[in-house]
Amino acid sequence: MNIDLGHFLYLGAIIFTIGVLGIFLNKKNVIIILMSIELILLSVNINFIAFSAYLHDLTGQIFAMLTLTVAAAEAAIGLAILVAFFRNLGSIEVSKINKLKG
Amino acid sequence: MILYSISFYLFSTIAVFSALMVISAKNPVHSVLFLILSFVNASGLFVLLGAEFLAMILVVVYVGAVAVLFLFVVMMLDINFIKLREGFLQYLPFGALLGLVLIIELGMLFYTETYSEVRLVEFSNKPLIAEIENTKMIGEILYTDYFYLFQISGIILLVAMIGSITLTLRDRGKVKRQDINSQNNLDSKNAIEKKKVKLGEGI
Repeated sequence: MNIDLGHFLYLGAIIFTIGVLGIFLNKKNVIIILMSIELILLSVNINFIAFSAYLHDLTGQIFAMLTLTVAAAEAAIGLAILVAFFRNLGSIEVSKINKLKG
Repeated sequence: MILYSISFYLFSTIAVFSALMVISAKNPVHSVLFLILSFVNASGLFVLLGAEFLAMILVVVYVGAVAVLFLFVVMMLDINFIKLREGFLQYLPFGALLGLVLIIELGMLFYTETYSEVRLVEFSNKPLIAEIENTKMIGEILYTDYFYLFQISGIILLVAMIGSITLTLRDRGKVKRQDINSQNNLDSKNAIEKKKVKLGEGI
């Protein structure tokens, strides 16, 4: 059975859906939400690299590397905000993050 | 070719399974460990696609840095995770429906794109396996054509580093620190204070 581009696209779609589902189901836990965002970015990377390989064009791999950079930066800042938030409120429940509302 | 198919299905099955475990595990530490498993399998898929450099980068950056960062935060914060899971089952039916709709829509999109006569882009049936190694090819275009993007990604990392340090830095106040400026400004007249001590009493 031959593996073609479609297989990788389906895999990316499945992992993307799992990530969205994770954000939806774990509405209270910010850590799991951040991990779900990482899963979504991973599925984007799979798509980029699959297209890059099957189109014989390396630009997709460069873009995947940039996505990786942004994902790492996002994780670092997200976790820093989480730690600062926990220090002030003693909880990481999403429903308690309402200090900024007017 | 059969080995290629077997490895694809093995890696992708484990990746999807561990992604499911990430969002459904009771203990967040287990979630992080399953996230690591998922990334390692994805890097195996990247190797299958001929992107060895990115596969190794994925392992180094994600497993080595990001996942360990997650582990540190999960272990350092003292949180009642059981309480945070309330509402999981309540949202499960609607969430599953939503996910099903999303996956069916995406699947239909790929199906029509792959098996219809009209194609948006022309792609080959086989992934690119070149004679030059992948790292060399990426290096050749990353430092020439995409040089500015490379520099900007460095700036993004710098901003992220400064941002996370500023966010988590806290001034404790009670800690004694060396203040070089005040040390240099010391004067012998101000440094010593003479006091008359009465007999039988202290200061």
